[in-house]
Amino acid sequence: MNNWKMLTLVGQDQPGIVARITTALYEAGAQLGEASMMRLGGNFTIMLMVKSEQSIEELTQCLTPVVQDMNLTISFQSIEASLHQHEIPDSIITVYGADRSGIVAKTTTALLEAGYNITDLDSDVAGSEAEPIYIIQIEGIATQGMAAVEKAVEQIKADGVNVDLAPLDVMIG
Amino acid sequence: MAILDILKYPDEALKQVSEPVELFDDQLQNFLVDLEETMWAGPGGVGIAAPQVGCFKRIAIVDVSSKPKIKHNGCMILINPEIKTWEGMKIGREGCMSVPDYTGNVIRAEKITLQACNAQGELIDYECTGYEARAVQHELDHLDGLLFLDRLVSRRTDLFKRKVYKK
Ligand SMILES: [Zn+2]
Repeated sequence: MNNWKMLTLVGQDQPGIVARITTALYEAGAQLGEASMMRLGGNFTIMLMVKSEQSIEELTQCLTPVVQDMNLTISFQSIEASLHQHEIPDSIITVYGADRSGIVAKTTTALLEAGYNITDLDSDVAGSEAEPIYIIQIEGIATQGMAAVEKAVEQIKADGVNVDLAPLDVMIG
Repeated sequence: MAILDILKYPDEALKQVSEPVELFDDQLQNFLVDLEETMWAGPGGVGIAAPQVGCFKRIAIVDVSSKPKIKHNGCMILINPEIKTWEGMKIGREGCMSVPDYTGNVIRAEKITLQACNAQGELIDYECTGYEARAVQHELDHLDGLLFLDRLVSRRTDLFKRKVYKK
């Protein structure tokens, strides 16, 4: 039986979100798995694997006091998941340039066509309001070889953005 | 010859400090053969330290010669090793046979010099850079009961950019 659910949460950043949510889940007897939590645009966001015999309704109810008190939005969904399935990325791609529409779409489409499997992506808008810059950091696996990805990188560069492709040689010892 | 069992964290034995080798006898030679074979059998196959197989002696093996296009010293048998100098700092991704299914960023010196005895007990000087220097520092940490988990730095990438803060 797979009892994993994915909890997604968003709310205005404030002290105590993580501590209160995870405490409520702990007290409900749920087990936590992998998570990604970060501040995006002044909001705090959580993606958290939760394993529990309880139904989504029951879990949601356990969190209701915290959710209402802190004005958060949450949702649980049942997922097919298991732990210990990490894939080791073989490269890091950094893309940056003046913010323009379609930069993420064009970059990721070119990478997709080169057989590049994204395992992790962070993107940020920095610079000033008048002159925003876009920065994307991607980790992934070149499933069709690095040469194909290098070609894709050239294609992305032709659009006037800066792209750097660096091998990620994980040392396992 | 035998492939030895790898201790895995949370086995607390991995956190202990290992003792120097005093006897360079046949037993040691046999152990080195097994240790090297165990290293090759692992997922990375570039380094191993004796405490990872439950032998709490200051012994490590590093061999990064299978990696393309990098500087290396071949197969280094490092007994009672001591790092003499450190230069530069670099973030890199590490994993460990004793910590399966996890990789993380660790800062290591880019260039090191070290002294270690070989299998015969002769003192040898080495200079290591880059990937090999990283592997040596990772393995020598095991001899002091340290795991790469003790040295994790942020996965967030602003740390990659601060190449300037050298000592
Ligand atoms: Zn290790």
